[in-house]
Formats: sequence, structure tokens, C-alpha cells
Amino acid sequence: MQTPNNAQGKPLRIPSGKRGDRRHTPKANLSGLYQRAVREAFLKLDPRNAVKNPVMFIVWVGTGVTALVTLDPNLFGTVQADAGQQRILNGLITIILFFTVVFANFAEAVAEGRGKAQADSLRSTRSEAIARKLLPDGTIQEISSTELRRGDQVKVIAGDMIPADGEVIKGVASVDESAITGESAPVLKQPGTDIASSVTGGTRILSDELILTITSDPGQGFIDRMIALVEGAERTKTPNEIALTVLLTVLTQVFLIVVATVSPLANYVQAPTTIAILISLLVALIPTTIGGLLSAIGIAGMDRVAQFNVIATSGRAVEACGDINTLVLDKTGTITLGNRLANEFIPVNGHSVEEVAQVALAASIFDETPEGKSIVQLAEQQHQAKTTFDPTQAEGVEFSARTRMSGTNLPGGQEVRKGAVDAVKGFVRSRSVSSGDSRGGTISAQLDAAYEKVSRLGGTPLAVCQDNEIYGVIYLKDIVKPGLRERFDQLRRMGVKTIMLTGDNRITASVIAKEAGVDDFIAEATPEDKIDVIRKEQAEGKLVAMTGDGTNDAPALAQANVGVAMNSGTQAAKEAANMVDLDSDPTKLIDLVTIGKQLLITRGALTTFSIANDIAKYFAIIPTIFAAAGIGSLNVMGLKSPQSAIISALIYNALIIPALIPLALKGVQFRPLTADQLLRRNMLIYGLGGVIAPFIAIKIIDVLIPLA
Amino acid sequence: MLQGWFQIALTLCIIAAITPILGGYMARVYQGDRTVLDRLLNPVEGLLYRLTGIQTQEAMTGWQYARAILYSNLGMALLIFLIIANQGWLPFNPTGVGAPTWDTVLHTTISFITNTNQQHYSGETYLSYGSQLWGLGYPMFTSAATGLAVGIAFIRGLTGRPLGNFYVDLLRSITRILLPISLVGAIVFIAAGVPETLAGTVVIPTLEDPTVSQAIARGPVAHFEIIKQLGENGGGFFAINSAHPFENPSPFTNLLQIVGLMAIPTSLIYTYGIFANNRKQAWLIYGMVLVLYSAFILVVGIGEYQGNPAVNALLGGQVPNLEGKEVRFGWAQSALYAVSTTGTMTGAVNSLHDSFMPSGGFVTLSDMFLQIVWGGQGTGTAYLFAYLILAVFVTGLMVGRTPEFLGRKIEKREVVLASFLLLLVHPIAILIPGAITLAFPDQLGGISNPGFHGLAQVIYEYASAAANNGSGFEGLGDSQPSPFAIAAGATPTTTALWWNLSTCFSLLVGRYVPITALLLLADSMSRKQPVPLTTGTLRTDTGLFIGVTAGVILILGALTFFPILALGPIAEAFQIAKGIG
Repeated sequence: MQTPNNAQGKPLRIPSGKRGDRRHTPKANLSGLYQRAVREAFLKLDPRNAVKNPVMFIVWVGTGVTALVTLDPNLFGTVQADAGQQRILNGLITIILFFTVVFANFAEAVAEGRGKAQADSLRSTRSEAIARKLLPDGTIQEISSTELRRGDQVKVIAGDMIPADGEVIKGVASVDESAITGESAPVLKQPGTDIASSVTGGTRILSDELILTITSDPGQGFIDRMIALVEGAERTKTPNEIALTVLLTVLTQVFLIVVATVSPLANYVQAPTTIAILISLLVALIPTTIGGLLSAIGIAGMDRVAQFNVIATSGRAVEACGDINTLVLDKTGTITLGNRLANEFIPVNGHSVEEVAQVALAASIFDETPEGKSIVQLAEQQHQAKTTFDPTQAEGVEFSARTRMSGTNLPGGQEVRKGAVDAVKGFVRSRSVSSGDSRGGTISAQLDAAYEKVSRLGGTPLAVCQDNEIYGVIYLKDIVKPGLRERFDQLRRMGVKTIMLTGDNRITASVIAKEAGVDDFIAEATPEDKIDVIRKEQAEGKLVAMTGDGTNDAPALAQANVGVAMNSGTQAAKEAANMVDLDSDPTKLIDLVTIGKQLLITRGALTTFSIANDIAKYFAIIPTIFAAAGIGSLNVMGLKSPQSAIISALIYNALIIPALIPLALKGVQFRPLTADQLLRRNMLIYGLGGVIAPFIAIKIIDVLIPLA
Repeated sequence: MLQGWFQIALTLCIIAAITPILGGYMARVYQGDRTVLDRLLNPVEGLLYRLTGIQTQEAMTGWQYARAILYSNLGMALLIFLIIANQGWLPFNPTGVGAPTWDTVLHTTISFITNTNQQHYSGETYLSYGSQLWGLGYPMFTSAATGLAVGIAFIRGLTGRPLGNFYVDLLRSITRILLPISLVGAIVFIAAGVPETLAGTVVIPTLEDPTVSQAIARGPVAHFEIIKQLGENGGGFFAINSAHPFENPSPFTNLLQIVGLMAIPTSLIYTYGIFANNRKQAWLIYGMVLVLYSAFILVVGIGEYQGNPAVNALLGGQVPNLEGKEVRFGWAQSALYAVSTTGTMTGAVNSLHDSFMPSGGFVTLSDMFLQIVWGGQGTGTAYLFAYLILAVFVTGLMVGRTPEFLGRKIEKREVVLASFLLLLVHPIAILIPGAITLAFPDQLGGISNPGFHGLAQVIYEYASAAANNGSGFEGLGDSQPSPFAIAAGATPTTTALWWNLSTCFSLLVGRYVPITALLLLADSMSRKQPVPLTTGTLRTDTGLFIGVTAGVILILGALTFFPILALGPIAEAFQIAKGIG
């Protein structure tokens, strides 16, 4: 027997196992990534490319100037010191500055390389296929899948690759979607239904044949969009990234003015310095660390989402995940397992619990669904029920949507059934198929009471009967997914409110809501309620995220700030959403919140670190280059010489970029803490750490380098 | 020594006690609540509104508010310029002084309209009583009121209210706050011995040699004195400002002066607390500034108390540094006054900042670089909150959300305005003209001290102008000859012309660019849809966050000027320590 999955009768696929084990998009091929990135890092030196990053472009220009004064130290006015020594120092500065730019380029190239590898693995799912295009006159023309346009009709038959995203208009067939979702079980596709009518390009049809209408032009499908995003081709800066770039640009301008004006001041107090040293000071002060890593952080964020088997249509959507205030979640499939499990037998008409268990066991012996198995388990373990007939002689009756029952025809000719209460009621009163006689069963008020009791507890009642006698009701309980309560607690700590939507009645809904630990619930919800609750939350200034799969979810998905459509969902839902989850796992929304937050935290942490570094760099460079002004005592690190101080500070400045690449790519470790706890923690690590670390590192470099 | 620190502590206690009273009163004034003066002033204001046709109910947008300020200030500036330029034949000119040079008039006009009161002249010999009364007396009220209006509009915007109407705020600032307190204050000053007269200079025979006569300048000083302090103006009636015995005759008037200049900028933070309905946050911010302020006083105080090692070596014992100080105030009152006047952008002085130990130069310069150790009238408080916004943006990302302040998201526009306003305006207005002057020290600077101290003098002058402070390190050739001297044949100098014009640039950039940016920032904050507070929101009213803000202020605000401080006061301190000075 197979119980209807939920009120709408949607099929639900619940991926199991650890998420890490579940990714099935072919694993990105990362071999040779670093060699390619090194080459890319040099290619990116092209000024047309360099100018896009204002902070690093300053370093780039500075490198050019120091190269000139390496060739001729007296180019911008005579320098007192020995020209040969000057040339060596300027040469060293030039080399370090050059590598600072290369390192920043390398960071970006590595992130892009990983994105490209991810994109390639996605692309491999959509190799070119031959499509049978249906012409208006009914004839078939074989064309390449890349020539298909939106609105074309194609025919696919067993064994074919589905050439592009489309909508089934005719036929019933099973499709293997494992290439995209990783689920090995084939999915039934047929027209008209919300869920089962959409197919994704790159999946394979296993049986029968389908007629499809193509819904996307080549290069416009979800996967194409994701490929473009992770490759960085279509990367537009997110609002937070733009604001941060503004701050970094202003800081760069400030330090440009500082360094440009310090020269006449230094000359006035008889502590002149050289252009190469001024450029070194400038490069040390401008926020090169975050400037060099900013784009890598953004690309890596998209990459993390892709690794999660989620397709985002924009970086903005990923960032918005971090800002979410409210999650709107469907009960079934998201909060509860789609499968309900037998929890209790409630006898009626004077039967004992054991009798009910016995009949329920008999009715479920051939039922392979989780519900059926749970009934067998409950009957055998709790009530010591045993099979009293030879199963090989019995005949199983499968569940059908028409009868809404399943059961067993016993060797003795008895018919045991279990199913929806009204279906069973109908069965006991109906005419027997084998004998042709009316069964003439009666319905008691006890049955209705049991039905109501189960409903009140938040469960689904199934009636069991043998021939014309109803024995009792099986209480199928909605099972809240394990671990969800803790997740919701974490979300609450992060300030995210959860609202559960369900078609169940208020009583049932409140039971589940309490058990799952959601903050609020809407019972007897219609699709319109979904959009209403989103609008209401948004009117309070909140950002709302939701998942959805049906066509009637599309308006709500579009209204939500973050709408995640299930890949199993309809084309309309996917179009309206800004993310598509290839695993069709609605709980993933919770992980997306974490990814979004992690992205923002990484950016903020490295900015703070970068700016905090300036203190140490100031203390390394200023006292030594203006030693003539008698401020040598400020050289708290006790650096060997002005040359060594500058070179050490610059080496630190350059090396910190590659040193932080892993952090930029992986993201700062995220813990579900309150904002205050997060601030304290990250301030200690990246703020205080950013002040102290360079003091130590510069001193070590100063000791190590053999410079007088 | 203990007595000195005790004086300082007592003054701070008085100021802290005034804060909630005046802050609460200002909140009532600007929220339009009933106040004691309503019965008297409402008809007067009503008449003024009718005469000028001001629509009192109309709230202005950021641009409208800024434009109203620019136009009204331009109008007032023209009036001041004309009054001073024509003082020769205008009434109240008992000394018969003629018009100063055009650049002096221009600089004086801009200096007073921007609430700076930087003075490249001596009141006694350059200006008539009429110019002091009508020309400079009224912008002392209007420029202070303009600053207050900006401050309150900013607070309104930040807390999600419409910005209000500039003309109403201007008028109410004068009638409800500045004028009543000034009236009482002036009477107290008169009682304490400050002259208030329209009679001209007194000529008396000296005690030592009766054949030699001495001219003693006097005038309508008392009413000038109170608004000079209360409005954070700082322009002295006499050249030596509050060191002059007629401006600041006793330790009592000195206390009154310090309390006067501190009263409004401290209280305005409390006013914010009422507007934001978060007094805890207001007191935390107050505490942060108080800690900075106290640290600065400590640095200057210790430096002055220990005195100059070179002098000490000569005397064979430790004596406080009293060079350039009035003995009736001593090292403690001078140190407190110096830190307060530069921190609050008042610019009045009771001692010569030039003669302080390098630690004094370091602190007074830092005060003006930061502009938030209480800060200018109204604008200082606004700067403080702009820094909070910047701190939220820099560190707020670290909690994993788009940063928000008071429930309003900090996005590109806010970052553009706040970072430009806080980080870029000052270097442009101070470092660029400073570098030009120091590149041509002889042709442009006319610097009296070479080396580190000379560098500090130049930077101080521009910092004072850009921060709208107005005090001077002095020792620069920034004054044109007086009208009397010119009548006697003296010729104007190039250095004074350069100083007058280049500081005008710093004055204007340091005043109107930030004001416009602040108003636009407030405007864009007020238009944002507030986001509800959750546990995921970064709370800005915790000690932790205020501590972080202090770090951001010190790193972003001060690092910009570290090279300058290193080459100026810090280098000088090392030099003195080594015994070269």
C-alpha cells in the first residue's frame, strides 16, 4: 500500500545520508589548477584588466615607477645616497611590488579556476545530442540540440538524452535524472501534473517516449546560467561588494594624498626620502590584502553554492541568504519526512488491539512502502502479531489512486484492506468482486471518533478491515526530521524566524509546529497564504526566503527575497525562483543561510584584518625612513635598517595575500552564534590578530633577510 | 600637582552634571515640545515666520536643507563683508579705524560664517566696535545655530524622522538655546569683572613713569565672551583671546568659559539618546569620548607639569612649563582649556599653544584631526555618529549580515558619503595646502620656527581652519598690517595674502562639504525601511561595539595623520628629550 504523500499528492524525494556524500554532479577536476592559475596570474597583468581593481592598479603603476628609478635612481631628482645601492634597493622593491600584483592576480585566478572546473563538470552533463524536432506537418527532423529554440517541439524515446530543458506535453516515461540530482531511482514524467511534467536537459529517458516543448534557448538554461556565474564571466558585483570597494577606494585615495604630501614635509624637516620609498609606503598602507582577495572571495562564494548542488542565478541572491530574517517552510518534505510511520493501533467495534494488529499485518505483508513496513514492524514488535497464512499462497493488492487502498487477498479467500478511512468505509459496503455479493458491512460512530482523535494528534488515520468488518484505525504519525529542532534553535540564535506552512488543520499543525520547534505556523494554508505571509513579513522590513516546487508557488517564489525552487518542480517555479536546488532538498535553505553569512563574514574579516595591519606597517616604515628626523625610537620592532624595514614590510604585504587565499576560498569558519558573540570572536581573531600578527611577521622577515 | 588634577576633575564633574539637563532641554526644543520660554517667544517667532514667509510645517529633504544653509550663509557672509569693509564710516567706531585689506576682510568673513573664528588680525587695532558688534557678533549666533541645526537634522534622519526645516531649527536654536543662555552668561561675566562698554580706549599714565602713557583697550566684551564659548566660536575680542584679563579675568571665569564651550557638544549626545530612545547607547558613546578626552588631558597635563627638560636642567629642579601661560590659570587650567578648546572646535585660547610641550602640540593637533572629542557645534556629534556608521560597516560584515545602524542598512550611498566625509575631506583641506606651504616655506609660509615645530605651526593652521576650530599655533606671517599701519605706509605681504586665501579654501571645504554630506547621509538613512532587530543584528549599544568604534576612529581617523604627527610633535619631543632643543 502506498499512502498519499501529502494533501496535494506531490511525490517527494527525500535524499538521505550525509550531504557531503550526496553530491553527484561529477566532481570538479582540479588537477593542473594551480599551474593554470600561475599562467593566468601573469596574463592578468594586462593593464586593461588591471585597471578594474583600483587598489591593485595603484600597486601596478607603482611597480612601473620603481622599475624606472631602478634603471635611473636620479630620474626624479638627484638622490644623495650611493646610486649603486639605490639601484639594488629600488630593484628589490620593484620585484616585491610586482609579485604583490601577481599574487593578487593568482588569488583571483585560483578562484576562477575552481569555478571553471565546477562549470566544466556541470557542462559535461549537457553534451551535444541529436534532437528529433517535430515539424508543424508532423514529420521529424534530426537536428543538433544546440539548434533548438524555445517553443520547439521534440520527441525523445527510450535511451535518448533529453536535449534541453522542457515541458512534457504528451506521453508517459521514466527518466533518469541522476546526472543532475544524484538520485538513482528513475522519475516518472507525464504531462499535466505540476511536478512531473518538467524535464531538464542532460537527463536520460529510460523507457517509452515523450513529446516535449523546449522552454529555454540554448545557453539560457539554468545550468548555462550557473556555468556563466561560476566561471566569473557574468559576475556582477553584489551591493555589499560595491560598498566595500567604495571604502577601499576612498582609503586608497586618502593614502595617496598622505604619501604625496609627505615629501615636502620631510624635505622641510631635512629628512628627505626617495620616490621608491614613498611608493613602498603607499603600497604598504593601501588595503592591498582585501583589495587583492575581494574578487576571489566572491567567486569562491558562488563556487560553494555550486558544490552544494544549488544553482544560483545571481551572486546577489547568495548574499541575500545571509540577511534572511524569516524562512517560510512547507511542512511536508521540509519539516517532516514525507513518509509517515505507524505509531498506534486504535481498535473499534469491540475488537482488541491485538486483532487490529493481526489484520493490519496481514494487509501490509506485501506493502513495500516505508509506511507499510512501519505497520509490519509495529504489529510484530509491539503486539506480537504473526503471519497466520502462507504468503506464497496469498496475493498482494497494490495501492492505486482510484481505490486509495491496498491489501492482501488471503489463501482462504478473505480480503484484508487498509486505506483512507472513507475508502475503506466504501469497501465494506461494496459488492465483492469474487462472489458478486454485497459485503454489507456497517459503519460505527467509534470509527469516526478514532478518525478524529488521530487527526487531532497531527497524524493520518488509516482504516483496516477484513471483508465487511472494520477492525480499527492505524495512526500514522508525521515524523519530524531528526536534527531539525537543533537547526531551528541555531537559526533562532542567528535571528532567523521560521514559519511552517501546512494544509493540515490547526490542531495537527500546532502539534507538528511544537514538535519541530518552529516559531510560527499557518494551518490550512492555501498557495495564496504563502504569498500573503511573505508580503506581511516584508512589510515589516524583513527579508524572506522560501522553497517551492509547484506552479502555484511561482508568485510566492518571485515575491520572496530568496526563492529556492526544487529541481523536481515545475518550469514555472524554477523561472520564478532565484535559486534551484538540484537535489530537491527543501532543508537546504537552512544551509544556504549559512553560506550567505559565511561569505559576508569572510569579506568583513579580511577587510578588518587588512586595515588593522596598517598600524604595524606604519611602525615599521615611518621611523626608519624618517630616521633623519630623530624618530628612530619609534622603531619598536627594532628593525635592522631602513632598507630592511621597508623590504620586510613589503614582503609581508605581498606574502599575506597568498597566505590568505585558502581562507578566502574556504571562507571563515561559521558558527551559529548571536551577532554579539560573532563580533567578539571575529574581532579578536581578525581585528586584534590583524594588529599583532604583522608586528611579529615583519620582525621575523627582518631577521631572516640578509640585508644590511 | 594634586590641586591641578582636582581642578580638572571638578570641571569634568560639572560638565557631566549639566549634560542630561541641557541635553533633555534641547531634545524638548527640537521635538517641538513645550518649554518654559514658549509664552514669551512663540508670538515673536510667529511674527518672524510671517514676515519671512517661512513655511514652518514643511520638512526639507537633505538637498533642500543643505541649499537653505548655503544660501543663507552666503547672504550673511555678504553682509559681514560689507560691514567690515565699510567700518571706516559706519557708526560705533570710536578709535576711527579704517578698512583692513580685502584679503583680511574676506578671511575674517569666511572664518566667522563657518563658526571657525580663525583670526589673522588683532581686534583692538583692526576692527571697530561696530564690526565686532554687528559684523562678528551676529554670525557667532547664526553660525553656531547653523551647526546645531545640522546636528539635529542629522540626528533626526538617523532616527528615521524627517530632517525638519532649517529656518525653524536655526531660529529655535538661537531663541531657545543660544540667546537665553548667553543673556544669563553675559550678566555673570559682567559680575565677574568682564567689561561691557561702548566707550573707547582708556589712556592712563603708567605707574612706573607717569610721563609715559598707556592705552588700554576695552569695549563691549562680556556679551561677546559668552557666545564665543557657548557657540564654540572662539574668536576673541582682543588679540590674545581668553588670556586677556578683560576677557577672562579669574579662575572662576575660566571655569565658566570651559563649561560654556563644553556644554552643548556634550549635551547633544544625550539629546541623541532621547531621539533614538536609547540613552544607554548615548551614555556609552559619551563614555567613549570622555575616555579619549581624559586621556588627552592626561597627556598634555603631564607634559606641562613636568616642564621642559632643558629649562629644568638650567634651574636644577622640575618646574611646570609656564612659557606662554597666564600664571592665574597655571599648567592645569591651561592644559584643560587647550584640550577642550581644540576638541570642541571652539578655538578660544587662554594660553599660547605654540609654547606647549610637544605633547600639547600632539594632542591639540589630534583633537582637530579627529574632530569628535566632543567636536564642533552640532557637526561634532554628527561626525561621531558618522564614525559609528563607518564602524558598523567595517566590522558589521563580520556578523554575517549586511551592516545596519539603528535598523537601517548601510549600503553604497551611505558608505560613499560617510567615508568621503570622514576620511577624505580632511586630508584634502589640510595636507594639500600644508604641503604647498612647506614646499615654499620662505615665499609662502613666513614661519618663525624652523624644523619640526615650524611644520607643526603650518599644519596646525590648516587643521584649525579645516576643522573650523580657529585657534592658532601662531608664529606664522599670516597677518596683514593693521589699517592704522597701512595708513602709515606699511605694505601688505605675500605670505599673509597666501595664508588668508589658502585658509579660506580649508575653511570652506572643511565646513560646507561635510555639512552637505552629513545632510545627504541623514536624508538617505531616514528614507530607509527599518529592519526589525533580531539576535542576528549587530547591536550598537554595547560596550563591545563602542570599543570597536573607538578602534576604528583611532585607526582610520588618526593613521592618516600619523606621518605628520611623527615629523612634527613626535620628532620634536624626541629632539627635546635628547636635549638638542
